[in-house]
Amino acid sequence: MTPWTFFITHRAEIFDATLEHVELVLIAMLIAILIAVPLGMFIVQRPALRTFALGVASVFQTIPSLALFGFLIPIPFIGGIGRRTAIVALVLYALLPILRNTYVGLTSIDPAVLEAAEAMGMTSTQILFRVRLPLALGIILAGIRTATVITIGVATIAAAIGAGGLGTFIFRGVAMVSDAVILAGAVPAALLAILADLTLALIERRLRVH
Amino acid sequence: MIGARCGKATMTRVNITDASSSPPMPDAIIQLQTVTYSVKGRIQPLVTDLSLSVNSAETLVLLGRSGSGKTTLLRLINRMLLPSHGTVLVDGKATSDWDPIRLRRHIGYVIQEAGLFPHFTVAENVGLVPKLENWDAARLNSRVAELLHLVGLEPSEFAQRRPAQLSGGQRQRVGVARALGADPPILLMDEPFGALDPVTRAELQHEFSELSHRLGKTIVFVTHDLREALLLASRIVLLEKGRIVADSKPQDFLRIEHPEVKAFTASLQTVPGVSP
Repeated sequence: MTPWTFFITHRAEIFDATLEHVELVLIAMLIAILIAVPLGMFIVQRPALRTFALGVASVFQTIPSLALFGFLIPIPFIGGIGRRTAIVALVLYALLPILRNTYVGLTSIDPAVLEAAEAMGMTSTQILFRVRLPLALGIILAGIRTATVITIGVATIAAAIGAGGLGTFIFRGVAMVSDAVILAGAVPAALLAILADLTLALIERRLRVH
Repeated sequence: MIGARCGKATMTRVNITDASSSPPMPDAIIQLQTVTYSVKGRIQPLVTDLSLSVNSAETLVLLGRSGSGKTTLLRLINRMLLPSHGTVLVDGKATSDWDPIRLRRHIGYVIQEAGLFPHFTVAENVGLVPKLENWDAARLNSRVAELLHLVGLEPSEFAQRRPAQLSGGQRQRVGVARALGADPPILLMDEPFGALDPVTRAELQHEFSELSHRLGKTIVFVTHDLREALLLASRIVLLEKGRIVADSKPQDFLRIEHPEVKAFTASLQTVPGVSP
């Protein structure tokens, strides 16, 4: 069977797996953003915590993804077989790029601009929300973009612990020694990654002011 | 020393006009009373036991080399810094008693390179403080237009531009307009024309000289350029290592016998055979 005929005959199934994949990525990214952006804002003024937070996030990145999924399985509440475990692992992977870019974005602002903001009588909250965050937005978004592309890739491995998604085809194809089945998972995953990258790049360019 | 003599004269005048311990002088809008500012890890304070009164509507130029404490002095006035010893009074009230936000909105501030907000338009930059002060839209817009006219920028052409679309001189004009936003009685300027090319700088200096006479604001202007000081000042205060070494009207400044004044005067004659 050629990849193309397999794709045509299984298109409904592939489409469902793609939706499942997108859902996994979206949920994980949303949680990662909700954790990493506020955390990045928080560590700007706290050097001790900054080293710790960035260090921990870096450690998660170095753990091979398959191993991380494996490690999480025996952990109560967040572990086990299924989507929840997969989402936890994906969030851990996505944290570092977002956290680091939020921190870098917030701290790489022209000191003259911040001095002016303070001297004009802006409160520290006003400086954060009206000056620092808008100016850091482009860089934060670049971090989100990196994290999204990584997450789309890593999410294929989540199928190994029963989370579904496009990885299902890849693992099945490996087991069957069938290129056609592997490609039915790999090609849509690659296209998703490219699409996400381009879309976010476009938004990023619109938001970047420098 | 001239600084010391001047300090004493001030104190004497204060004692005559009012018997209480630290009364503000009638027309002194800013007063530094025996102010010392030091930072941890540095043996020598940045400002040492310094007393100075700035009178209403005068343009006081703080002249000095890098590291003489000029910028520190400015930052002490708008409470970006608090003195280690002594008191800084603005409108007769110690800066430590002022709400820092209220104090800073009462004082315009212009810095080198302008420090404009790159994500705001020119109009949004200029209207920032009025907006923070919740002015209504109509009043805000007319104020922005008025200020842009004042600094020689046509609102229809410049209001909607971003700082990146302006030349260095235009950015500095916007910086001045922004500092004047909510019509503060005091203006602090930290080498505002320092980063400009010589021709643009001279242009802005002359315009600003006229503007400052028209506005009647109390201006404290920091520079290391004696030429600029002589052009703009109604009074020059020379700082050396955090102390005042000279305090005079510009026309008397060059006659002062002090090594630091001589050093600055010598800097005017940089090209041999060409008189300044």
